[in-house]
Amino acid sequence: MPDDLNWAIGGEAGDGIDSTGKIFAQALSRAGRHVFTSKDFASRIRGGYTAYKVRTSVDRIESVVDRLDILIALTERTIDENLDELHEGSVIIYDGERTTMQDIEIPEGMIGLDVPLKSLAEDAGGAIMRNVVALGAACEVASFPIENLDESLEKRFKDKGQALVENNQQAARLGQEYVAAEYDHDFDYELVTTDADYVLLNGDEAIGMGAIAAGCRFYAGYPITPATDVMEYLTGRINQYGGKVVQAEDELAAINLALGAARSGARAMTATSGPGLDLMTESFGLVAQTETPLVICDVMRSGPSTGMPTKQEQGDLDMALYGGHGEIPRFVVAPTTVAECFWKTVEAFNLAEKYQIPVFLVSDLALAVTEQTFPPEAFDMDEVTVERGKVVDEGEVDTWLDDKGRFQPHFPVADGVSPRAFPGTTDGAHMTTGLEHDELGRRTEEESVRVDQVDKRQRKVETAREEENWDYREFGDPDADTLVLSWGSNEGAMREGLEILEDEGVAVRFISVPYIFPRPDLAEEIEQAETAVVVECNATGQFADVIEHDVLERVERVNKYTGVRFKAEELAEEIKQAVREPQEATK
Amino acid sequence: MSSDVRFTDFKSDKQPTWCPGCGDFGTMNGMMKALAETGNDPDNTFVVAGIGCSGKIGTYMHSYALHGVHGRALPVGIGVKMANPELEVMVAGGDGDGYSIGAGHFVHAVRRNVDMSYVVMDNRIYGLTKGQASPTSREDFETATTPEGPKQPPVNPLALALASGATFIAQTFSSDSQRHTEVVRKAIEHDGFGFVNVYSPCVTFNDVDTYDYWRDSIVDLSEVDHDPTDYEAAQERIMTGDREHIGVIYQDEGSVPFEEREGLEDPMYEIPDGAPEDAMDLVREFY
Repeated sequence: MPDDLNWAIGGEAGDGIDSTGKIFAQALSRAGRHVFTSKDFASRIRGGYTAYKVRTSVDRIESVVDRLDILIALTERTIDENLDELHEGSVIIYDGERTTMQDIEIPEGMIGLDVPLKSLAEDAGGAIMRNVVALGAACEVASFPIENLDESLEKRFKDKGQALVENNQQAARLGQEYVAAEYDHDFDYELVTTDADYVLLNGDEAIGMGAIAAGCRFYAGYPITPATDVMEYLTGRINQYGGKVVQAEDELAAINLALGAARSGARAMTATSGPGLDLMTESFGLVAQTETPLVICDVMRSGPSTGMPTKQEQGDLDMALYGGHGEIPRFVVAPTTVAECFWKTVEAFNLAEKYQIPVFLVSDLALAVTEQTFPPEAFDMDEVTVERGKVVDEGEVDTWLDDKGRFQPHFPVADGVSPRAFPGTTDGAHMTTGLEHDELGRRTEEESVRVDQVDKRQRKVETAREEENWDYREFGDPDADTLVLSWGSNEGAMREGLEILEDEGVAVRFISVPYIFPRPDLAEEIEQAETAVVVECNATGQFADVIEHDVLERVERVNKYTGVRFKAEELAEEIKQAVREPQEATK
Repeated sequence: MSSDVRFTDFKSDKQPTWCPGCGDFGTMNGMMKALAETGNDPDNTFVVAGIGCSGKIGTYMHSYALHGVHGRALPVGIGVKMANPELEVMVAGGDGDGYSIGAGHFVHAVRRNVDMSYVVMDNRIYGLTKGQASPTSREDFETATTPEGPKQPPVNPLALALASGATFIAQTFSSDSQRHTEVVRKAIEHDGFGFVNVYSPCVTFNDVDTYDYWRDSIVDLSEVDHDPTDYEAAQERIMTGDREHIGVIYQDEGSVPFEEREGLEDPMYEIPDGAPEDAMDLVREFY
């Protein structure tokens, strides 16, 4: 476990919790410290408890823990909500002058720092800066050089003028000085700075950046938590590369807009979450049937229906794999870390175009809202490749004309992948349709042609299965008797869980699977293990189901569907439990 | 674009399976003529078709084309055009496709004002499913699913377009080939979303809105005193339900298409072999 500090600011939605937390996280990142953030938030604009949590260390961090060392509590509820995580010696910073905070009781053993946040903010130029006063106070508690905060305050406020930047910097100092002068504690924390160079971003931003890097030029979407950040990232940036973001009237339009752009030859994508994916399902078959390359990103949240819109869940796996009527060839790729959100997006575009197929890029809320530090080389743009597949230009069209001079967009070639002519290509004019069609793209119900076309589309999947690398990521002890499998964002918590287990003398092999379909053949790995445990954030074990289907063997299941992601300690406990008391016989 | 394109170049070798006498024959011929007359050819034209009898048009025409999901033809067409503004995009569908299952997209396509044309074959009936009420069917139009008529007023597509901020609203009659072609041509030439509602009679399932009915009730706006650039005059024509008007009813001459407003000029298909040259700047933004 890294030598870490856990910090949070909590209050009501609308209190500026997010932006304050981000300023602190950025200051730490710029100071060469690793950061891993998480959010407790409600689906409303104002009111309701919300918190931004920062875990920081000089070592790499991959998950959140159940421990809170410094808490800025803007409301009494913030303390109550975090009682489980607070411990003896935890520092709680609050404003005792605030009417609602006058009578609060600091739990025994904890250190309450009553700092007049609002009054000090007013001294610096405005009550609105009270959160920044609290940040200054936190810097003093954590022995974190306040100059680091100056830079991120400048980044946050420079658009609004130098005066405001300086007022904020002053507000932070007043908070720091107040704590230094009024409290004679020797706090145990020291947030040292390093020379390391880090960038700080979340999974949605990584997907957006991956899209631009991969040459995506068209994005259509309808705002939905937690996928909206993909759209907001691309808006304003994609234009610089000749692209466009379109806010559609609904998800039915979004996927069809993206499909249209892809027919024109643009690399196109849409992103949504469960409820939007439901609407898009209507067109999954059309994308596949017309063999249109399209990246469909689903940032999962807790369902069904409106479910818990701001909570974590991995409940859409079946939908990504099987959604839509009829049999729809597709690929399903699920990044396992924030950095992988970038790389898997790049790969999704290549797969989509090479095989002219819908690619589902399945991310989850835990990845989307986590801001994590990485060395910039983790996103080395020189490593990005763009593979466009069988696009034919004017010179090559002739090869693909039938004896009447007609282009054959669905010609049943051996590997299943037909030539693709962008509209505007001379002699390439062709139609395509969601109806079963012949090689010319024209409707047919002729039995032999139907079979040829179904087989041809299916062959693309078989070709991809052979041609591409559907590998897994492996951690822990390769010879261990216990094998843990997971997908999506659980990788981080499980990696830290491995360290806990190792300290306790429990050897575990951990396989994190980013490819859901096609997926790696895990038969041998499971055969070798005495106990195989599948970890996922859903109630029914959708990934466990496909694994069992593959290997014709029962696996242990660790499922969480509280709406909160796994934590390392909790996972370590669950794994031990699963090994001690296997449940498979009862299944 | 070649100058010697004939309208038959837009014809595929598939024979239409529309019923003999169907209005869609005339509608399609006019579309092909208008495309040829405006200097387009099959290689720079993209036709998107919806579902229904009208949706079969993609098969009978020769161009780049996509026949998609019921009601979603407009979003597809908009995506095609935005990703390659050099293409001529024409979307075709029926009254069910456009004003019922796709009504939401119609409203937003109109207000987006992308430079393309939308031809709706309005026969006031669901033909392909053998005769149920459509959104433009009369209140008392008896069908298998509405034995006493829909008992609700028909959608007025022209009014819907006007209320959504349309820059070009026109109506034609499929059997008046010359006028139909001329108006579709104007829709193509219009700088923005050219919407044409076509009275395209269903001879099999609609015995009310027939050729005879339309011949008797149509008023050709070219034969009366009507200025299509006059918004209030257009409003008057559209909201007065006693006559069926054909011709260009409204045209905003100051229309600026979406692509122009948004600075979209070049096709989006050309991209580098790797990440864009300055892509590391995107990473550095996150310092």
